Amino acid sequence: MSEQQHIVSYGKLTAIWLGLLALTALTVWVARHNVGIGHVWGSLAIAVVKGGLVIAFFMHMKYEGRLLRWLLFFALSVLAIFIGFTFFDVLYR
Amino acid sequence: MSGPLHKDYAGAKLGMWLFLFTELLLFGGLFLLYAAYLARYPREFGTAGGQMHLGFGTLNTVILITSSLLVAMAVTAIQRNARRMVLWLLGGTVLCAAVFLFNKYLEWSDEIGKGIYPNSPKLVAAPPGESVFFSLYYLTVGLHGLHVLIGGTLLTLVAVRVQRGTIHAGDYVLLENGALYWHLVDLVWIFIFPLYYLIL
Repeated sequence: MSEQQHIVSYGKLTAIWLGLLALTALTVWVARHNVGIGHVWGSLAIAVVKGGLVIAFFMHMKYEGRLLRWLLFFALSVLAIFIGFTFFDVLYR
Repeated sequence: MSGPLHKDYAGAKLGMWLFLFTELLLFGGLFLLYAAYLARYPREFGTAGGQMHLGFGTLNTVILITSSLLVAMAVTAIQRNARRMVLWLLGGTVLCAAVFLFNKYLEWSDEIGKGIYPNSPKLVAAPPGESVFFSLYYLTVGLHGLHVLIGGTLLTLVAVRVQRGTIHAGDYVLLENGALYWHLVDLVWIFIFPLYYLIL
């Protein structure tokens, strides 16, 4: 049973929160100081890191078993295929 | 550390995650639409995106991230059997949800006051890409706002059950699933924020 109940300490959660706030400040800074075309990908990369932190720690995915991890991987892969194949069409029409 | 767990614990959480995956694909579809139209109307999206309120977007990002922390702490608190703490943390989360929606009300009131809403005379006269941007904006952010409302209601019901003692350290899967739903709301906003407020 203990593998199903992992307690994440307040301290760790607060550290993740501080990280998320810092990344929010960074992403706003990047957008305000328009650093060229790279800022679109930079902003999205920061969003992916923030999303990863939320899923891994706030949503406890880091402590879940293989089933949920693989299902998450599958769901994100399906989304990536949707987006990727749509852009094959949109960009090279 | 580990109390007696609900017998359907793994199943309940699996079910919640499967539901969250459908939500990811729902919002993912809207993001895909956004990306495809951005590729088609980059200049119009730039003009339209320039009219967004970065202040409201940033403030609401901080509010949602904080609420996500509070509800994650509530899960830790129930595992440690700290009921009063759980109630305070859930109260804080629901308060954040209310403040978020109030900010949304102010933001949308201002935009609607400026004649920016689907099918408004101003947008009908504007280049097509701008009306597409704002239609997608109202659809995506409106759907997200609906999720905030549902999540806030759900967590209020969870708090009532914690108060009554039907959710406790030995059986808290409802709190955990409610928290997962709330984190999804935060997760979706983490992507809405750069797409609509930052990159244009």
